[in-house]
Amino acid sequence: MRLEARSEVSRGALLLAPLAAILFTFLICALLVAWAGAPVGRTYALLLDGAFGSRFAIAETLTRATPLILTGLAAAVAFRARLYNIGAEGQLYVGALAAVAVGGLHGGTGFDLAPQLLFPLMLLAGALAGALLLLGPAWLKLKLGVDEVVTSLLLNFVALLAVSMMLDGPMKDPLAMGWPQSVAIMPELEFAKLLERTRVHSGLLLALGLSVLMWLVERFTTFGFALRAVGANARGAAFAGLPVQRTVLCCALISGALAGLAGVGEVAGRAGYVTLDMSPGYGYAGIVIAMLAGLHPLGVVLAACFVAAVLVGADSMSRVVGVPNYIADVIVATALLAMLVAALLTRYRLRWGRA
Amino acid sequence: MMDFLTTLADMLASVPFWIATLRIATPLIFGTLGVLVCERSGVLNLGIEGIMVAGAFTGWLAVFHGADLWTGVLVAALTGALCGLLHAMLTVWLGVSQHVAGLGITLLASSLASFAYRVSFPKVSTPPTIEPFAPLTALQGIPLIGPVLAAQTALSMLALLLVPLLAWIIYRTPAGLALRMVGESPAAAEGQGLDVVRVRTLAIILGSMLMGVAGAFLTLSAFNAFFFNMVNGRGWICVALVVFASWRPGKALLGALLFAAFDAAQLRLQQAGGILPYQVYLMLPYLLSIAALVFMARRAAYPQALMKPYRKGER
Amino acid sequence: MTQTPPALRLSRITKRFGALTANDDISLELASGEVLALLGENGAGKSTLVSILFGHYVADAGEIEVFGQRLPPGDPKAALAAGVGMVHQHFTLADNLSVLDNVMLGTEPLWQLFSRRKAARARLLETAARFGLALDPDAQVASLSVGERQRVEILKALYRGARILILDEPTAVLTPQESESLFATLGQLVAQGLSIIFISHKLDEVLRVSQRVLVLRAGKLVSVRATHETSKAELAELMVGRSVNLPQRESRMPGERVLQLRAVSAHEAGKRLLDGLSLDVRAGEIVGIAGVSGNGQLALAQLLCGTLAASTGEVLLKGRAMAATPRDWVAQGVARIPEDRHAVGIVGDLPVWENAVSERLHTPAFSRCGIVRRKAARQFTRDLVTRFDVRLSGIEAATRVLSGGNMQKLILGRALSVAGEGGTPSLIIANQPTWGLDIGAVAYVHRCLLDAARQGAAVLLISEDLDELFAIADRVAVMFKGRLGEARATEHWTRAQIGLAMAGSAAATEVADAA
Repeated sequence: MRLEARSEVSRGALLLAPLAAILFTFLICALLVAWAGAPVGRTYALLLDGAFGSRFAIAETLTRATPLILTGLAAAVAFRARLYNIGAEGQLYVGALAAVAVGGLHGGTGFDLAPQLLFPLMLLAGALAGALLLLGPAWLKLKLGVDEVVTSLLLNFVALLAVSMMLDGPMKDPLAMGWPQSVAIMPELEFAKLLERTRVHSGLLLALGLSVLMWLVERFTTFGFALRAVGANARGAAFAGLPVQRTVLCCALISGALAGLAGVGEVAGRAGYVTLDMSPGYGYAGIVIAMLAGLHPLGVVLAACFVAAVLVGADSMSRVVGVPNYIADVIVATALLAMLVAALLTRYRLRWGRA
Repeated sequence: MMDFLTTLADMLASVPFWIATLRIATPLIFGTLGVLVCERSGVLNLGIEGIMVAGAFTGWLAVFHGADLWTGVLVAALTGALCGLLHAMLTVWLGVSQHVAGLGITLLASSLASFAYRVSFPKVSTPPTIEPFAPLTALQGIPLIGPVLAAQTALSMLALLLVPLLAWIIYRTPAGLALRMVGESPAAAEGQGLDVVRVRTLAIILGSMLMGVAGAFLTLSAFNAFFFNMVNGRGWICVALVVFASWRPGKALLGALLFAAFDAAQLRLQQAGGILPYQVYLMLPYLLSIAALVFMARRAAYPQALMKPYRKGER
Repeated sequence: MTQTPPALRLSRITKRFGALTANDDISLELASGEVLALLGENGAGKSTLVSILFGHYVADAGEIEVFGQRLPPGDPKAALAAGVGMVHQHFTLADNLSVLDNVMLGTEPLWQLFSRRKAARARLLETAARFGLALDPDAQVASLSVGERQRVEILKALYRGARILILDEPTAVLTPQESESLFATLGQLVAQGLSIIFISHKLDEVLRVSQRVLVLRAGKLVSVRATHETSKAELAELMVGRSVNLPQRESRMPGERVLQLRAVSAHEAGKRLLDGLSLDVRAGEIVGIAGVSGNGQLALAQLLCGTLAASTGEVLLKGRAMAATPRDWVAQGVARIPEDRHAVGIVGDLPVWENAVSERLHTPAFSRCGIVRRKAARQFTRDLVTRFDVRLSGIEAATRVLSGGNMQKLILGRALSVAGEGGTPSLIIANQPTWGLDIGAVAYVHRCLLDAARQGAAVLLISEDLDELFAIADRVAVMFKGRLGEARATEHWTRAQIGLAMAGSAAATEVADAA
C-alpha cells in the first residue's frame, strides 16, 4: 500500500471528509452497542431523539455546544499556526475561576461596581486568565523549542489543582456543606436566557459571533495571512518577513482567551459557580471539533453541535437502554481518528502495489 | 536550616522512603522505556496515557476473571500492542500528525476502558478487587538494599532488569542499530535495504506493550482494583522524562528514580502536614516535568527524524 | 563457450507518473569494468531510471538483469544482494552515528543477539585500504567533510561487495581537486573489475571519466556514443535537443558602492557561522561567491536577506546600517532569492497570489489597517505572472503544484518587483538560483540577473556551480569555513585556483597573486 499526492484538493472532498468520518464512526461504534447488549438501531434512534427530539433536547444540545464552540475555536486557531494547544481544559477552568474572582459574591456582596462595568471586566478577566496560561508553553516553544503539547497538557493538571485549591480556600462557598464549590456569581452578571424554561443562554451568541469574527480575521486580514503562513511553513513565512514569533504569541493569546471565555460562559451562563467537574473534557473535545471542522472557524460551529448532540443524546439514551454513556466519549475519540484518515485521503490517494 | 537538613538526611536514610520511591518509579520506568523505544524509531507516541489506562483495565479484568497475574501482565502488553499497531497504521503507514493521532489514541483507549468497565460491571459502586502481586520477601537478605527490594513486587524487578536489557538491544545488536537508524535517517536505512515502515511499526508495538505493562503495574501491583482516573497524567510525565533522559535507557532509569524520589518526598511532606495546601504538593510532579523539559531544552539531542513522517520517494 | 552476460542489462524500462512519462522504453547494457555515463538535464529521467534499478520504484514495464540474473522489481534488498551499490547525490547517512554504524547497518541478520563490531571494523579497514579510501571508522559522520562523507557512501557499497556502483551527480558538491581524487578512485575501482554508472549533467566530466555516454532527454534515450568518438558540442546538442543561447557576462562600468560588509561575524547557538567578512558590491556588477556547500554561504545569504543578525561588524546598504529583519531589506529595495524554493521561498499550501505579495503584504500597496487589499494583490499577481511567464492553472492554485522552473520564476518576479512599479532593485541576493532547473530556465534566470545588473542593480550570486560563476559573475570570492577570500575579477581566476581556495588552501591566493 502506498500514498500518492493529489495535485488538487477538491472542495467537495473537503466537505465530504467529515461526513464520511462520522458515518464510519457510527458503524464502528455499532459493534460496541451490540456488545453492550442493546439493539443498535433503537439505541441510535434514542441518541438522535435525545439530542434533537424535542424543544428541550435541542435546547440542551445548544447549551452543551456553547463551550464546545469556544474550545473548538481555541484549538482551530492554534492548530492553524501549528501551535498544538492541548491545554484548553485547564484554560477553561482558570477562565471560570477568574470570572468568579471578578464577579463572585465574595463575602455575600461582591465588588461594589456597576454591573455594566463589572460584566465586561468579568469577560476580560476570564479571557486573560486563559490567554496567560497558554502564553507560557508558547513562549517556551519559541525560545527554547520545548514541545508545547506536553507542557500545555501538564498545565491542565496544574490548573485543575489550582482551582481545587481555590475552592478549598479563598473562593470556597461557605454554604455548600463542604462540597468543593466556589461562591456564586452575582445574579446581575449572569448571561440572559435565550429561550424560556431552557438553559440556552446568550453565551451561545457570543460563541457564534466569535466564530464569524475568527473567520473574517483568518480570511481577510494580514494577521490571518501570517497565521496561515506560519502554520504551513514557518521558515518560508520568516523569509517573507512575517513576524513569526509575534504571530505565534498572538495566536496563543487568542486561543487561550477563547478557551477562557468558554469557562466564563459555563459559570455565568449555566452553573453560576465553579465546581471541579464543571467540564466533562470540553477542552479535549475541542481538539476533535477543530479537526472535524478542518480548522475552519465556521465549520467549528457545526462540529461542536455534532459533538454536543452525541454527548446529550448519549446521556438520554443510556437512561433508557443499558449502554453506558461513556459511548459518547468513544464516539468522539473514534471520530477524531477517522477524521485524521479522511483528511489525509483528501490530499492523498491510496494505491495498492508498490511505487 | 540545620533542622531542614537533618529532616532531609533522616528521610534519605529511611527504608520506607526508598520503598515508596521504587514503587512510584516502576510504572514510570516501564512507560519511559516504552516512549523511548517509540521515539528512537522517530515516532512520538502520545497514546501512552490512554494505553496505560487500557493496560491497567484489561490486565486487571483478565486476573479478575481467573487468569493468573502474569497472564494479566501479558494481556495488558497485548492491549498495548494493539493500540501501538493502530498508532503505527496512522502515523507510519499513513503519516498523519503524530501529535493528534497520539491524543486520539489516548482519548479512544481511555474511553473504551471506561465503557468496557461499565458494560462489565454495570451496577457496582465499590470497585471489585483482585489479589495483587506479593512482595518478594525472599530478597530481604541482600545487604544494604535488601529491605527496599523485599517490599517490591516482581514487576518492579522486571522493570529494573529491562533497563540493561534494552540498553544492550539498542547499542549492541543489529536490531538496535536498525532502530536508531530509522530514527536518525530513514533514507539511509532504506538505502541499506531496511524496511523503514516495518522497523517503525515493530518499535511502536514494542514500546506500546511496555506502556500497557506500565498500566498493569497500577492495577496488579500498586493497587488491587481499577479506578477511572488512576493513571492521572503519569503517561505525560513519561514523555517529559524521555527528553530529560536524552533517549538513553540508563538515564531514563535515573530520571524515573529521581522523579519518584521527589514524589515520595512530597507525599511525606504532605502527610507531615505542611503550611501549604495539599494541592501545591500534588502540583509538584507536573511542574517538575515541565522544569525537566525546560532544563533539557538546549541540551537534548533529539533523534533527527523524530516526528517526520517518512514516505518513500518524498523529500 | 557461452558469452559472459553483461554486468547489467535494462530492457525496455517504462515508468509513468500520472500524465508524465519519466522513462520511455529505455534499454541499456553495462559491461564489466566499464564506466558508463548517463547524461541528461535536470528532469530528463536519470534519477527515475536509477531509482527503478535500485528498487525504490517499480517500472510499469521492462526488466532488469544483473550478471544474467533477473532482478525482482521494487526490492532494494535484492538489488543490494545482487551487487548493486548506489551513491546518492544527497548523502543518505545518519549524522549522529559513527562511520562504522552507517556502514554496518543491514549487513547482519536483524535478530542476531549481538553485533560483531570488531570483525566488521577489521573488514571495513581492509576494504578501505584495498581501494585507497582512508577513513576513521569511529568518527561521527557529522564531523566529516563533504568529500569524506562521499567516501563513506562509496565504502558502504564496497563493504557489501558491490560489483556495480551507481553515482548520482557525485561531483556536484566537491571541489575540482576533490573531483579529481574521486575520478582516481573510480579508476581504481574499475581496475579491480567493478562497473560504474556515472550520472551527470556536466559534459567535461562525462568526457573525462566514461567509456560510453548514454544521453537521456525528456524520458527518452536519444543516443549512445563511445566517448572517444564524440565531442562536447555534440553531447550538448543531444542533451538539450535545441540550441539554447546561454547569456554571457558583458563588461560594464561598476557604479557606486551599494553593499558594504565590514568585518562581519555572526554566531548561532554558540557556533561561529561567519568570521570577519568584508566585501563591497557596486551597482551594475555581479559578484559571485564560490565554495563547497556548508562553508557559511547559507549564513551569508541569511545575513543579507535579514533573517540572521551580525554579532559584530557593519552591514551597510548605500551607507545605511541595516536591521536584521526581512522587512527592512525589502523596504530598501533588496531582491532576495533563497536557496531552497520549497522550504524557504514559498509557503506551498497557500495560493499563488498570497505568495506573490507575501514580502510586501504589510505595505499600503497591499493592505490597509490590517485588512488585505485582495483586489490589488490579485491584480499585481496577474501582472507578475504575465511579465515573468509563469505557467499555472490559476493564481488561486496552491503554490506547491507549480513546477520548479515556474516556482523560481514566481520568486524571481516577486523579488525583482520589490522596488515597486517599474523600479530596479538596488541589490539582488541570489543563493543558488538555478539549482535543479533545466537549461532553459537556467538561461532565463541568468538573463534576468544580467538585465538587472545592466539597469544598475548590484548582484550577489552565491553558487556551488563554478560554470555558472564563470559565465555571469564579474568578480568571484571564495568562502571557506565562514571566511571570505578577496573578490577578484573572474578572468584572474583559474578553476584550479578556485578549487584550492574552496579546499581552504592558502596556496590558492599565492598562485592568484603570482598570476
